[in-house]
Amino acid sequence: MSTQTKNLVTSAARETPARRRRRVDRLPYLLLLPALVIIGVLLLWPLGQVVVMSFYRLNTVRQLRGDREWPWVGLGNYADILSDPFFLTVLRNTVLFAAANVLLTMVLGTLVGLLLNRLGRKMATFVASCVMLAWATPALTGTIVWKWIFDDTSGLVTWLFNALPDGLSNSLFGRSDWTGYGWFNSPLLFFAILTLVVVWHSFPFIAVSVLAGLKSVPSELHEAARVDGASPWRVFWKITFPLLRPVFGILIVLSTIWDFKVFTQQFVLAGGTQDRPTFMLAIYSYAEAFSPPPKYGLGAAIAVILTLILLVVTGFYVRMVLRQEDES
Amino acid sequence: MKKVALNAAGLLVALFAAFPVYWMISTSLKPSREIFSATPQPVPAHPTLEHYREILTGNLIPGVSFVDFFVNSAIVAVSTVVLSGLVALLAATAVARFRFKLRTSFLIMLLVVQMIPLEALVIPLFLMIQRLGLYNTLPSLILTYLGFSLPFAVWMLRGFVAAVPKELEEAAAIDGASRAQTFRRVLFPLVAPGLVATSIFSFITAWNELIFALTFINDQGSYTLPVAMTFFFGRDDTNWGPVMAASTLFTLPVIIFFLLVQRRMVSGLVAGAVKG
Repeated sequence: MSTQTKNLVTSAARETPARRRRRVDRLPYLLLLPALVIIGVLLLWPLGQVVVMSFYRLNTVRQLRGDREWPWVGLGNYADILSDPFFLTVLRNTVLFAAANVLLTMVLGTLVGLLLNRLGRKMATFVASCVMLAWATPALTGTIVWKWIFDDTSGLVTWLFNALPDGLSNSLFGRSDWTGYGWFNSPLLFFAILTLVVVWHSFPFIAVSVLAGLKSVPSELHEAARVDGASPWRVFWKITFPLLRPVFGILIVLSTIWDFKVFTQQFVLAGGTQDRPTFMLAIYSYAEAFSPPPKYGLGAAIAVILTLILLVVTGFYVRMVLRQEDES
Repeated sequence: MKKVALNAAGLLVALFAAFPVYWMISTSLKPSREIFSATPQPVPAHPTLEHYREILTGNLIPGVSFVDFFVNSAIVAVSTVVLSGLVALLAATAVARFRFKLRTSFLIMLLVVQMIPLEALVIPLFLMIQRLGLYNTLPSLILTYLGFSLPFAVWMLRGFVAAVPKELEEAAAIDGASRAQTFRRVLFPLVAPGLVATSIFSFITAWNELIFALTFINDQGSYTLPVAMTFFFGRDDTNWGPVMAASTLFTLPVIIFFLLVQRRMVSGLVAGAVKG
C-alpha cells in the first residue's frame, strides 16, 4: 500500500500538466463506480426487469430460476387486471387512502409545527421529544402496539367503549358490550385505524420540517401582521404559507409518495395478505405474486402501474428540489 | 389564558405521540394478570421482567430463540452499514470535490432512484436472488438493503464532505501528501461524524425492513427480527406480554440511534428547501 502511494507520488511529480489534468479527470468516475454499479444492479436493473416480467405468464419459481419457458403474453396481464372490477376497488382504496392521509398528515403536522414555534422553550423541547418518539418508532412495532390498543378483549379502546354508559353507547352505536368486537372487520373501520397508525407515524416529520422552515423566516413579519390586527388564520395564509411554499410543496409530494405505497402497517394490521376488500396497490401486487398460487407476471404488472403513478409525482419532486438547489 | 391553551394543546400532542411507546414499555413490564385484567392499569402495579426472561431464554421453535433472530438482524444491519458507508463515502467525495461532466446527471439520478417504490422491486429482486442462489441466505438481504440505503447515504454524506474546507486538503497536498494520504489523514477524520450519522440511517433502514426479509427468507433459523415478530406474534390468541417485551427490545436501539441523528434527517430530505 505505502510503496504504491509512493510510486503514485513520484509519477505524479514527473507528469506534465496536461497528463495530470487527464488523470484527475478520471478520478471522480472511479470513485463513483462502485455506487453506480450497485444502484444499477440493485435498483435500475430490477426496475427494468419488473416491466419485462409484466409481459410474461410466470406462475412457478422454476420459471424464475430459468429452468422453464417464459410464455410471452404481451399486454395480457394488464388486460386481465384492468378488466377485473376488483382492480377498481383497489385503485379507489389506494387513491382515497393516500388523499385522506396526506391531507390529515399535512394539517396535523403543520398545526403541531406552528404550535412548537409558539410554545415556551422548555415546553417546546418536551413536546418535540415526544413527537420524535412517534417518528423514531419502527413501522412494525408501532403498528403492533396500535393493534394491541385495539385488541378485542383487553385492548384500551375496547375498554374505553365498554366504559361508556350503556344507554349512551346503545343509542349511539346500537351496542353496549364491546368485548370481542372486531375492530378490523369492516373495511371502513380498518382504513380508519390504518389512517390513525400512518398519520401517527408521519406527522412528526411534517411538524419538524415546518418548524425548521418557520425558524428560518424572520419573525418580524409575523409580529408586524399581528400588531396590525390580522387573525392567526390570515397571518398563516398571507405570510407563513407563501414564505414556506417550497417546503410545503416538497412535503406534500413526499407524503403522497409515502402514503401511496404503505405496506408494512397494512400487512401487520391485517395479519397478512388475506383481507382482500382492504387491498391497496402495493399489497395487491405482493399478494398476487407471492400468495399461492404465485402469479409473478400479474404481480409485476400491478407493480408497474403503481410505479407509473408514483413516477408522475416524483417528476414534481425532482423539479422542486432542483429549483431550490439553484436558488440557494 | 392564551398561554394556558397553547400549553394544553402541547400536552395533548405529546400524549398522542408518545402514548403508544409508553404503553408498549408499560405492558411489557406487567404480569399477565394485569395485562388481561378488565380494567387497564396505567402504570404496572407489580412490575416484572418475566416476559423479557421468557423472550430471551425460551425457544420459539426447537433450537431457535429470540436471541438468534436478534443476531441475524444485527449481522444484516451491520454488514449493510459498513458496505454502504464505504461506497457512499467514495461517491460523496466524487460529487462534493470534483466538477465533472455527469455530476448533475448523477445527482438527479440519486434523487429519482430514492423515489422508486421499493415495494415494486420485490418481484424482480426475488428473481435475481433465486438466480444467484442466494434464496434463504442473509447475504440476499444485505445486498438488497445495500441498494436501498446507498442513494440516501450518498446524498447525505455529500453535504458533510462539502463542509470540510478544501484548503485543508490543498495544504496537505502542498506538504507532499498523496491523494490517498490526504483522503485518509485529512478528509476521513473530518467526515467521520457525518459518516456515523449516515450509518445510523442505513442501520435503521436495514433493521426495520419487513417485506423483503419476509420474501427472501424461508428457513425459520434465518429469520430477521421483523419477520420473526410477524410470524410468531401475528396469531389471534396473541400473548401481549412477550410481544410487547420483544417489541421494546426491537424498538429501543432504533429510538436511541434515531434521536442521535434526527436533525440530519430533515435537512437530508428537504434538501435546500429550508435556508438556515
